[in-house]
Amino acid sequence: MNSFEAFKDPALCRALLERLKKEADTPYRFMEVCGTHTVSIFQSGLRSLLPQTITHVTGPGCPVCVTHESEVACFLELAARDDIVLATFGDLMRVPGPKGKNLKTAQADGARVEVVYSPVDALAVAAANPGRTTIFLGVGFETTAPAVAATIRLAREQNLKNFRVLSFHKLVPPALAALVADPDINIDAFILPGHVSAIIGAAPYGFLAEKHGLPAVVTGFEPLDILSALLEITAMRASGRPAVVNAYTRVVAHDGNPVARAVMDEVFTPVDALWRGLGTLPGSGLDIREEFADFDALRLPGVSLPDAPPLAGCRCGEVLKGKMAPNECPLFDKACTPATPVGPCMVSTEGGCAAYHKYRLEL
Amino acid sequence: MDKVLLDYGSGGRASHRFVADLFFKYLGNDILARMDDAAVLSLTGPVAMSTDSFVVDPIFFPGGDIGSLAVHGTVNDVAMMGARPLFLTCGFILEEGLPMDDLARIVASMGQAAREAGVRIVAGDTKVVPRGAADKIFINTTGIGEIMVDPAPSGHRAAVGDVVIVSGSMGDHGLAILSTREGLSFEAPVVSDSACLAGIVGKLLAAVPGVHALRDPTRGGLATTLNEIAGQSNVGIELTQADIPIHPAVAGGCAVLGLDPLYLANEGKFLCIVPEDQAQAAQAAITAHPLGAGAKVIGRVVADHPGKVALVTPLGGKRLLGMLEGEQLPRIC
Repeated sequence: MNSFEAFKDPALCRALLERLKKEADTPYRFMEVCGTHTVSIFQSGLRSLLPQTITHVTGPGCPVCVTHESEVACFLELAARDDIVLATFGDLMRVPGPKGKNLKTAQADGARVEVVYSPVDALAVAAANPGRTTIFLGVGFETTAPAVAATIRLAREQNLKNFRVLSFHKLVPPALAALVADPDINIDAFILPGHVSAIIGAAPYGFLAEKHGLPAVVTGFEPLDILSALLEITAMRASGRPAVVNAYTRVVAHDGNPVARAVMDEVFTPVDALWRGLGTLPGSGLDIREEFADFDALRLPGVSLPDAPPLAGCRCGEVLKGKMAPNECPLFDKACTPATPVGPCMVSTEGGCAAYHKYRLEL
Repeated sequence: MDKVLLDYGSGGRASHRFVADLFFKYLGNDILARMDDAAVLSLTGPVAMSTDSFVVDPIFFPGGDIGSLAVHGTVNDVAMMGARPLFLTCGFILEEGLPMDDLARIVASMGQAAREAGVRIVAGDTKVVPRGAADKIFINTTGIGEIMVDPAPSGHRAAVGDVVIVSGSMGDHGLAILSTREGLSFEAPVVSDSACLAGIVGKLLAAVPGVHALRDPTRGGLATTLNEIAGQSNVGIELTQADIPIHPAVAGGCAVLGLDPLYLANEGKFLCIVPEDQAQAAQAAITAHPLGAGAKVIGRVVADHPGKVALVTPLGGKRLLGMLEGEQLPRIC
């Protein structure tokens, strides 16, 4: 068994589940911040096995889901322009815009959209389209922002004149701060994102325990990781000593990845950002610094964030804040399905509504 | 002539030379050689007929090419009806400028695949379209075969208590195509499983004529195919995830890209649904054939959740394995 498989070991998982059933005698609601955790909890079948005392709440950790309506409207406007080629990760292709349009339908209308696997691939798209400007859609958290920053630096080194980035990056700790400051929030503990933490480390989450008394564990994405984190949370609750624990030390160093942060800081600067469902959160986004202005798509003539009101009836915001389970939304599986998504939570591969739709047998 | 020219589709002398020099050379047989407007065939009893168009990109990939795939795909669809494939037709749409060497390689590969499958290509058509109007080469094939068993296997015949068997690992073709198209490489090479299944299906039906359902899980993969059968037969299907064979390189590649191998295409695997008391004989017949060496029992047909497929995970949890919505797309993180 390789180390990858070892963290899925069914016998060990069952043993941890038994322990959890014994030790989690006080009910609690935990939220995972990361969409990859959401999918893992459903996909592994863990959700159907958790003890009844533990309630799983899906959180705001899907970068596609938190992309604001205005940001979606902005890149759909760009898609309609003849002088633009969009390069994007696949997740964004089906995100619905204000008029039900998405990048897939834009493509059918003639838009030039290239799905890439790495931001660096977007440089090749730019080189192959010399008469047009290639814009990479910079949607993502701290996980992907350093790679996008490195790509911008590389574009400058290559003296590439027709490449830009639409930076709609979001930062996780400010979103968590806003979430726990909400008096209506009803979360007792957090599972913290492994990928984001690999960049920023565990320290930026300290306020969860210190200021709000909430236990939180940075962990990986295999069932054993998640079960261990839940046991850790259970123990902290029993002892009354909440803390932020890094249980993903095989990937996450205490201070994260300084090299990745350095390139991110070199190219980007924190700004207030719009989040779907959460509104404007101070210091929660990343703008491209003045020194790299030539690579900022938002500085192209005719590009701006259009006004885009929330989609009528869409309750993605409440789902993202853990105030509503996806299947409690009146639109769930009726007006809103993966084929006809009203909001992004139903269409993103890491969205809470999509996970409910895709994995819950009893629905 | 090193490239396909529009002249070759003109219907005139250039077309005739093109067809004679290339297609007859690799695909020729006594029926095709008559050059009449249609093939005259002798068939007895009920026949199965299927058609499919092949537009795969790239046209050459590890483990195959668009030519052999165009034979395997249609031959396999005919075989899945419990039929012995006998005849094929093929239509080519060629983009002006396609290198002749590539075309010759593809047609030769088709001829080879047809001979191995025991089918004759008895009619064909060639069109050349201007550069940009098609992507290099599109091939349509139609196949006919004689049905060997009565009643023939069908997606409507899955019954509660039946056992689900797959002939080997899932997702190889889909990941091979994707990784070649995107220039991705993995630690271990991923090779398409493209193969003709008529022979192995013949052996299976000889041993177990009462097979309820046969299907090759091509586009949409195992998950989509089983959802189709669950819907057609109005039964539930329950799979044991740990028993579904997946090549480690495919599992690893999918983990990196955020894809699910159960939704990736296969071109040389099939699944069968058989009554429980014949499952052992079916598995023995499949594993005795080289194309079925990795066959496994992966689940059964149940009375619960009719129309849905459930997956029992290695942890013992149970979750829905739904039908794929659109194409799988790689995720952000």
